[in-house]
Amino acid sequence: MTHLAVTVIGPDRPGIIADVTRALAGAGVNLEDSTMTLLRGHFAMMLICSGPSLDEVDRAIAPLGGELVVTVREVGPDQPAAALGPSYLLSVHGADRPGIVSAITTVVAAAGGNITDLSTRLSGSLYVLTAEVDLPRTVDIDDLRTALDATADHLGVDATLHPAETDEL
Amino acid sequence: MDWSPADLGIPGTVLQVVRAPHPVLATGGAEVDPADPAVIELAADLVATMRVSPGCVGLAAPQVGVAADVFALDVTGHPKTRTGHGTLVLCNARVLEATRKEKAREGCMSVPDLTGDVKRATRIVVSGVLPGTTEAVTVETDGFEARALQHEIDHCAGLLFLDRVAGAHAVFPRKVYL
Repeated sequence: MTHLAVTVIGPDRPGIIADVTRALAGAGVNLEDSTMTLLRGHFAMMLICSGPSLDEVDRAIAPLGGELVVTVREVGPDQPAAALGPSYLLSVHGADRPGIVSAITTVVAAAGGNITDLSTRLSGSLYVLTAEVDLPRTVDIDDLRTALDATADHLGVDATLHPAETDEL
Repeated sequence: MDWSPADLGIPGTVLQVVRAPHPVLATGGAEVDPADPAVIELAADLVATMRVSPGCVGLAAPQVGVAADVFALDVTGHPKTRTGHGTLVLCNARVLEATRKEKAREGCMSVPDLTGDVKRATRIVVSGVLPGTTEAVTVETDGFEARALQHEIDHCAGLLFLDRVAGAHAVFPRKVYL
């Protein structure tokens, strides 16, 4: 069993997912975790799959080339990473300018935080970033908020960090 | 509410909790006769199983493999509880009123490796019948108990939190702490 990372991006149209996954299923590929989303008119897919050899999958997806940029490469087996500590949701919004993601994520990284999910949207001049962050238990949340606020002030944006608690039911 | 599991008159047996994709979790629980001795036994078993499961505040019959409209609930002592009704077992429960929806992340013993963001009412009125009785009771509650009640009533209707997630990006792998 080979583990594969497949990425697809191309101008959006109805049927991209159906076409790509039909080709993969036809080659005996089993989709595992994936995320697929529309980014400013480009449809992007990232999938971790298991299946036959890289060559077979390459052949199966070759006909999709053209409007879609498809890459397939072999990856190692699953490596479930242990979470560092509690999860937080980070929201940032404000006037768009270069460097927002870089500056904010640098603050998170400096605190030892691990971002497990992040997306951004540009809507007119409004820039919005939302992220899920695992923080080490040793992090002082007030200190991190202070550091984020300072960076956000410098960028002219607002940043909030709040716990992503799970209700066990 | 003047009721406790002791009123069932029998000790429960701890049952095994089933996990998705077990088909019983997607099967609606059949309406039950709350006075049926088998339902009273199931109620005691649900309470016993809930009690031995760490962090468990509710358990519905489909979660122990029984397609019946019965669940146990106890949010006593949970830090998020505002209003609480102690240990409850309800048969054939229905939501009569539901207002003020809020989104929160839920986990479930039957879906142990995932969590999901679900919008649920924070104020509800539920009616149901206590096992071993015949009269319907009304439970009016809020906050965490309201969410837990809706989660269990969903189980009895064959619904998991996965059926109610608040968007295509609202299911998450559960964090594993070493």
